[in-house]
Amino acid sequence: MTRFALIGGLYSNWRALETALSDIAQREVEATFCLGDLGAFGPYPDRVFPLLQQAGVLCVQGNYDNSLAGGLADCQCGYTDPRDNHFARLSYDYTFRNTSPAHKEWLRTLPMSRRLEVDGTRLLLCHASPRKINEFLWESTSPDGFLRYLLDEADADVLCVTHSGIKWHRDLGGGRHVVNVGALGRPENDGTPVVWYALLTIGRSMDVEFVPIHYNHEALAADMHAERLPSEFIETIRSGWWTTCLEVLPQKERARGRF
Amino acid sequence: MDTVTSAAAIDLRHLDNLWIQVSGTRCNIECRHCFNNSGPRETSFGLMTLDAVSEAIAAAAARGVREIYFTGGEPFLHPQLLEMVACALTVAPTTVLTNGTLISDRIADTLAALVVDARYSLEVRISLDGYTEEMNDAIRGPGVFRLALAGAVRLARRNLLPLITVVRTWDDDDELATLAAFVRVLRDAGCDRPRLKLLPALPLGRELTRIAGLERDECVTTAMLEGFDRDLLMCSNSRLVTDRGVWVCPLLVEKQDARLGPTLDEAASSYELRHQACVTCWRYGTFCGNVSADIEGSVIAAAPEAW
Repeated sequence: MTRFALIGGLYSNWRALETALSDIAQREVEATFCLGDLGAFGPYPDRVFPLLQQAGVLCVQGNYDNSLAGGLADCQCGYTDPRDNHFARLSYDYTFRNTSPAHKEWLRTLPMSRRLEVDGTRLLLCHASPRKINEFLWESTSPDGFLRYLLDEADADVLCVTHSGIKWHRDLGGGRHVVNVGALGRPENDGTPVVWYALLTIGRSMDVEFVPIHYNHEALAADMHAERLPSEFIETIRSGWWTTCLEVLPQKERARGRF
Repeated sequence: MDTVTSAAAIDLRHLDNLWIQVSGTRCNIECRHCFNNSGPRETSFGLMTLDAVSEAIAAAAARGVREIYFTGGEPFLHPQLLEMVACALTVAPTTVLTNGTLISDRIADTLAALVVDARYSLEVRISLDGYTEEMNDAIRGPGVFRLALAGAVRLARRNLLPLITVVRTWDDDDELATLAAFVRVLRDAGCDRPRLKLLPALPLGRELTRIAGLERDECVTTAMLEGFDRDLLMCSNSRLVTDRGVWVCPLLVEKQDARLGPTLDEAASSYELRHQACVTCWRYGTFCGNVSADIEGSVIAAAPEAW
């Protein structure tokens, strides 16, 4: 039996990351993987790097990381709504300004994906989808047939992603699974401040457990306030409801939220 | 007649999007900018049968389709649309592109019930072209604004948040004020969480006669595709089924050479981008889907060698 911890969407939430890594340390895991987007929304972007490095977390690049490492003009989230673009710009400019050159260089060295093979099960870990670094795989817009196609194309039995920021797991049968591991950086638009990561256990079958992380979100909100980050971002951390970047949410996921 | 010089050919990489022209070109209104010239007297394409739609959905499902779109004409003119939407939702997330004027309480109730039971998202896209009756109806016809807004409100009250599709017909400087006005009007009407999707004005169909002085490239050449992400082009990821066969994309439905075959399986061939509409798509990207071109297209694909 082999167990991995999968985290993603850190969004500079160093406090949730610290709590999650402590939680993971109490569990017997073979390795911890981070599926990208280390920065965005949150305060003090440089703080997540030493935490990841000290814990030996194996990372892949997310779109945010790719933009920061390449000095790109934006985060590649592709918003068209002017309000979403306004907040995406504030988030990206702050994160770009406050990520050290050494950390940007480290991001540049990260692979776009990682492959593992455990007892004949082929896993592909990437940020968004195997074909695009910013393709959203939401639960309500990822049909079974399409997911099977992605697995076929990627020569994989199990695909693990983050990017959209809301966790889900689809068992496609025949040992094939797709897991969106969720995000540690911000709550998942459900009205609670809890954030999530995933534990994958591969034995006779595959077991996916989503682990809630209760951390000091009020302290993070205070950090964000001190850094003069937008009150809308702070509200999301405290309330659990998404206030920005809503345009990309499909009907089902949007209707569950408050805004 | 478009001239063919050295048009580039595009392969269908994967059928991400199945478009179903379920009501043909029949529409209860006649918009000035309609790209496929739909209208009350327009019969160049007819209603599809339930069997034909079910077969297309099954064939698309077998190909791992990602999204299904019902379009027209006006889809709600089809008496069996709701059955078809229910069928589509068992396979993939589904979108209905509508002018909103025919969404009654009964239809809204049925759609809301479908959404509760479905695993995948149902999007209803309602077109508006102005935030006042005067602005909208100058393009879409008398009385349309009031009816479309009422349809949107019926859905919003059932928590089926419609996506309001707006064609960009204003100057860039007016963008923020215009969008704010749309949001205000929608909220005041009862859509308390307005969702807007902006579309470029397409230089096609009636829009061609509405605008003047447009630059006209003849086709998309191989040179134009150098360094260009082909995933931005609908022909690389979409097909349109109609009552008269399968077309390469919704924008070319009036071009006979864009009919690729009688069924989806026979319409998976590559296509030469020989029309002005191809240039439009090349310029604006895959704006027809629910997700913007920037998200679906301008990206760095995960490099296979790094796997």
